[in-house]
Amino acid sequence: MTKDRQKYIRNFCIIAHIDHGKSTLADRLIEKTGIIEQRNMESQILDNMDLERERGITIKLTSVRLSYKAKDGEEYIFNLIDTPGHVDFTYEVSRSLAACEGAIVIVDSTQGIEAQTLANIYLALDNNLELYPVINKIDLPSADPERVKKEIEDVIGLDTENAALISAKEGIGIEEVLEGIIKYIPHPQGDEEAPLKALIFDSLYDSYKGVIAYVRIFDGEVKPGTIIKMMASGAEYEVIEVGTLRPAMTPCSHLSAGEVGYITASIKNVRDVHVGDTITDAKNPCLNPLPGYRKVTPMVFCGIYPADGADYNNLRDALEKLQLNDAALLFEPETSAALGFGFRCGFLGLLHMEVVQERLEREYNIDLITTAPSVIYHVVKTNGEKVEVSNPTNMPSPQEIDHMEEPIVEASIMTPTEYVGTVMELCQNRRGIFKDMKYIEETRAMITYDLPLNEIIYDFFDALKSRTKGYASFDYEFKGYAKSDLIKLDILLNGEIVDALSFIVHREKAYARGRAMAEKLKEVIPRQMFEIPIQAAIGQKIIARETVKALRKDVLAKCYGGDISRKKKLLEKQKEGKKRMRQIGSVELPQEAFMSVLKLND
Amino acid sequence: MKSIGLYIHIPFCCKKCLYCDFNSYENKEIYEKQYIDALIKELNYYINQGIYSFKTVFIGGGTPTIINPENIARIIGTIEKNIEKNAEITIECNPDTVDERKVVLYKTMGINRVSIGLQAWQDNLLKTLGRIHDRKDFIESLNMFRKHGFTNINVDLMFSLPNQTLEMWEETLNNVCTLGVEHVSCYSLIVEEGTPIYQLIRTGKLRIPDDETDREMYSMAKEILERYGLRQYEISNFSKVGFQCIHNLIYWNNEEYIGVGAGSHSKINKIRFWNYHSIEEYIVSLKNNKLPVEDSENISSKEEFWETIILGLRLNIGLSISEINEKYKIDFIEQYRNTLNKLIRHQLIQVRDNRISLTDKGRDISNRVFVEFMD
Repeated sequence: MTKDRQKYIRNFCIIAHIDHGKSTLADRLIEKTGIIEQRNMESQILDNMDLERERGITIKLTSVRLSYKAKDGEEYIFNLIDTPGHVDFTYEVSRSLAACEGAIVIVDSTQGIEAQTLANIYLALDNNLELYPVINKIDLPSADPERVKKEIEDVIGLDTENAALISAKEGIGIEEVLEGIIKYIPHPQGDEEAPLKALIFDSLYDSYKGVIAYVRIFDGEVKPGTIIKMMASGAEYEVIEVGTLRPAMTPCSHLSAGEVGYITASIKNVRDVHVGDTITDAKNPCLNPLPGYRKVTPMVFCGIYPADGADYNNLRDALEKLQLNDAALLFEPETSAALGFGFRCGFLGLLHMEVVQERLEREYNIDLITTAPSVIYHVVKTNGEKVEVSNPTNMPSPQEIDHMEEPIVEASIMTPTEYVGTVMELCQNRRGIFKDMKYIEETRAMITYDLPLNEIIYDFFDALKSRTKGYASFDYEFKGYAKSDLIKLDILLNGEIVDALSFIVHREKAYARGRAMAEKLKEVIPRQMFEIPIQAAIGQKIIARETVKALRKDVLAKCYGGDISRKKKLLEKQKEGKKRMRQIGSVELPQEAFMSVLKLND
Repeated sequence: MKSIGLYIHIPFCCKKCLYCDFNSYENKEIYEKQYIDALIKELNYYINQGIYSFKTVFIGGGTPTIINPENIARIIGTIEKNIEKNAEITIECNPDTVDERKVVLYKTMGINRVSIGLQAWQDNLLKTLGRIHDRKDFIESLNMFRKHGFTNINVDLMFSLPNQTLEMWEETLNNVCTLGVEHVSCYSLIVEEGTPIYQLIRTGKLRIPDDETDREMYSMAKEILERYGLRQYEISNFSKVGFQCIHNLIYWNNEEYIGVGAGSHSKINKIRFWNYHSIEEYIVSLKNNKLPVEDSENISSKEEFWETIILGLRLNIGLSISEINEKYKIDFIEQYRNTLNKLIRHQLIQVRDNRISLTDKGRDISNRVFVEFMD
């Protein structure tokens, strides 16, 4: 009986590169299985954040349960688990994959496999997933399904005999995919009699229900009243509600082995619900948790300050609210001489950082000033003490430092062969160490470099895209720490150090970066009442200097009776503009100054 | 009687200059009679209150000299009894709009100061600005005023004009000074949004000198005019000793004045109010025996204090600290110690003989200085 029930369940996800059609295919599957009427369907419903829709990427994953009446006459349950499609979220992706038995691999028939797809395919293989290749966009004139099939076979070693040729956009081949899911993706084989063993692959905070854990049940069953235990965090709760996502939360009596759904248990703290953790029955626990759990650690840090100091409390509230849904977001208060009160925030990566910043500005309407992103450096002091530094201001003085270490990642870049030279040059410029290069096919290569993370967090991705006309794709994985000759570079305005502009950089790059910063600041700082020297310095040594010349003219030539009110308004406006500036010593710095230094071209 | 200034606005022009955003209109001369009737009605309203005497009268525009001089006479006639003895009575004029008969009439009715809009010496520059006169017209009208005994003449000049070079500006200044005038106003061209010249500059069809050149022209003006005995006394104004414009000093000293005519502003009893800008609305309002006031605002003492500072600092003589302290019951130096120190350190202001004034550098960026005093 048990096995029978699970025979009609398929748990799968979709692996694809951005723009290769993941969301469109998901929409078609949902449409065909009829759970949402077409006219009610907002396009690409799985991507439910505005920001995601704008960028065409999925950040917060969701899953959906579909019912499909197959050609064999049986009713099947499909649980489509969405995965975020960005390098920052590799761990989250791996946990979503772990919740599935198989994955649909979408490849764009006009383009071929990209680095990100490949990275996720490897993750899927690590999780023993069955892969079902789907070749999309066959309606386009430039489609070359045969070439792409060959590529899939060569690169992934996947048999493409059963690959579906579809156009998600035009609705071609969708039936075939639905049938293929049944045929090629294995059904779950959990033990319903065994103690509860469920994987948390996502969580969401709801102000009424508390934290909602999205789970895949591997063994046993869970129902309201069950006392559950999170095996890693140790937290215990009594289950209030279980249900499935269709895609709205639909309560049911219980969730059994093989099923995907949600659990609520009046959980107040999102930190008790770790993605990757195993839920078991507190009274009848399973022996071992599911493998693969890892505590998420932020890799990238930056200071976030309210542009208007009065917004400090609003910013804290907003960060707290975001954190409810985002266990990976860390923040703690910090102060800066230049920027006042703010927060040091930790993120999984650059995209995660941008997403948080944008949500703060958009959803909470707070004007922000952010400092340059940093990574965690290990500083070994001469007295043997080891400290971690993520804020340049906290770096010990040079004479106290014995040596420093910085995080290194292994980056895989897939590019058309014509750009191999430029890509290698870029990696070389970013202190990369060449590891490997493979030709995936005649026209495409996969290059592997070890790169310092701090070289990536600036604008590596933008630089890569612009140098390859957008054709290269990129993925990275944390590798470890390595000894490095790092120094702190300070920026002085009118002779005073602006702490919010300091950053840690490799000695070799200090001169170029210092010069670029000084030049950029010269562009963005408006002329003021006096000349402003801009200096970049390492310790006492000045390595670059620019000057913002004094303002030459700001005067209203005519001022008679009727001009006075107008003149007053003009000056009031000027005063408002002044208010939006940050006063650093005697210098007024526009907010853009802090942002613009993040985008230095090299 | 309260001794105040009176401004009378004549909004008619033969042709609007390309840079002009003043309240002036071409092709509205048909309203001349009705407008003057309205103006006289408005003037009578103030006269009949019986509390004002005028120490200055300024007839500005537009171009006051294009209307029938009999109408100017009617205006003066209306206020005659309220004009103080030795009052300064100014009329603005454009070079090609005056003739012998007008000049004689102006003199007869008691006008004793003339302000001529020359703007530039070079006819090609005048054309670029959309002015309808040339340099010859200017010389002729200047001579005409002199011939009929006008001894207090101002010339308006502009710099930072499209295509204007330092040499042209030098030529303008030297020639005007050689002809001999008592007063010169030099304005750096203000390119106002919505004017034709704004479009021409924005689209790159005309190019104006950069800020560096602008300031060079400004200091050149100070130097040459000084050489001819015309001392700077306000950001844009220069005069021979005893010929400062008393009417305009009323504005800069933040004293009281009434403005009549379309779009005119008044400031009296801590209230600022202003008339309808459109000629038609102005006329209709007075026809219905209503004051043509569009809106008004009360000036709080805080605002008045700030206005006093931003207007007073326009004058080279600056502000009297003791007068401010007395009038606003404050200790100015104490209250603004940090601001003053900063501005002195940057050489933008100076404090001397119990007065505070802008330095040359401070005048160049006076807006920045003013903002520092704003709370």
